[in-house]
Amino acid sequence: MRDEATFRVKVGLAEMLKGGVIMDVVNADEAKIAEDAGASAVMALERVPADIRRDGGVARMSDPAMIKGIQEAVTIPVMAKARIGHFAEAQVLESLQVDFIDESEVLTPADHAHHIDKWAFKIPFVCGATNLGEALRRIGEGACMIRSKGEAGTGDIVEAVRHLREITGAIRRLTMLDEAELFVAAKELQAPYDLVRKTAQDGTLPVPMFCAGGIATPADASLVMQLGAQAVFVGSGIFKSEDPAARARAIVEATTHYADPARVAAASEGLGNAMQSLEARKLDDTELLAGRGW
Amino acid sequence: MTVGVLALQGDFAAHARVLSDLGAEVREVRVPADLDGLDGLVMPGGESTTMTLGIEREGLGDPLRAFAATGAPIFGTCAGLIMLDREHLQIMDITARRNAFGRQVRSFEADLTFPDLDGPPVRAVFIRAPWIEDAGPSVEILAEVDGHPVAARQGSLFVIAFHPELGDDIRLHERFLADVRAHVGAP
Repeated sequence: MRDEATFRVKVGLAEMLKGGVIMDVVNADEAKIAEDAGASAVMALERVPADIRRDGGVARMSDPAMIKGIQEAVTIPVMAKARIGHFAEAQVLESLQVDFIDESEVLTPADHAHHIDKWAFKIPFVCGATNLGEALRRIGEGACMIRSKGEAGTGDIVEAVRHLREITGAIRRLTMLDEAELFVAAKELQAPYDLVRKTAQDGTLPVPMFCAGGIATPADASLVMQLGAQAVFVGSGIFKSEDPAARARAIVEATTHYADPARVAAASEGLGNAMQSLEARKLDDTELLAGRGW
Repeated sequence: MTVGVLALQGDFAAHARVLSDLGAEVREVRVPADLDGLDGLVMPGGESTTMTLGIEREGLGDPLRAFAATGAPIFGTCAGLIMLDREHLQIMDITARRNAFGRQVRSFEADLTFPDLDGPPVRAVFIRAPWIEDAGPSVEILAEVDGHPVAARQGSLFVIAFHPELGDDIRLHERFLADVRAHVGAP
């Protein structure tokens, strides 16, 4: 019996991406640079988050022609973003056979109440989360990978750290609860009870957890890996920096050697300027992306 | 008995967990010095391009070939199979075809029967998996999907295109550890 698109097969690709760096790219040339630098996957999108932030307006799924161009340029997995709740965009991405769909708060949401029913798709989904309840709700909807959201397009790591600590701290607290307390925890987290119970038993999310939103340096990658991320997404951090190829290689190296400060130091040498960054705390509430998602 | 798991990128932690549950001492391998004193090595799944570049960056090519030449067992799964082939580390006399079954939408699980494995078939999880396009005369093909080899053995080298570490079937890891034990000469 041969079965495609089982949950295990879908989560399996997330497992293969662990310990690696997934890079945002906006065209085939950037995708090739990312692949040659050691990216484990690329995220195809029309504008990186820093530009979306600058330009304003409605950010949508990318042009299929651009996505196809990137699929032809590289052999590593190609991901693409759909708006929150925009299942028609996700259907389009599935028909293009992208390898992973990111239901992303970086794009402008299409539905203010509902996320996509991700069980309806053969392609695995990744979703962002700022806390454990949000992560488990997404997994309940069928997400096969969680990424802590951070604040995309800022180059400021502070929100990524906050969200990672929110999630990992909440998991640690969950493991100390007794059976009766877990029912209350599920109510408070607003998350499915069986996923809450499984998380408490395993001491880890039921699917891989990666980190996104604000990673700009090799040391940033090391920081979030040490805080429990199993891989990193780098958006604007690479192609908005002075020397994208060198910075991409350095972040890959630091992700592999995240626990070895001497290697992270070596990787950090002579990379030129990081992306032009924004301090997340100084952003207006209306400019924050991480609050999108319900 | 200490076995290494190549930990440049991929699902090395899943392999390490299975192996330590089976009682092996496990060491993650990122640099050549990590190979010292190992009795066997697992090359895990992950992205073969990323791993190839990592092996170059760390200068692991020659040390890995030297390690294989000692006759220590090496177990390659998916990207690990690709790493061992003629176009990469040139350790095994096979040529792998990358992403042979297609993109992620074509990833699958299936029952595989191994000729010398007792019990039910192995439930094999294939993720953007390769197959073996060509194999030399000293390579024994152990299992196929749609007529394409997905498991093979050549002396101390054992490769599969799928991921037993993602399921709960520990028999192939047990077999690898039995090979390691035989190599070390321990009971």
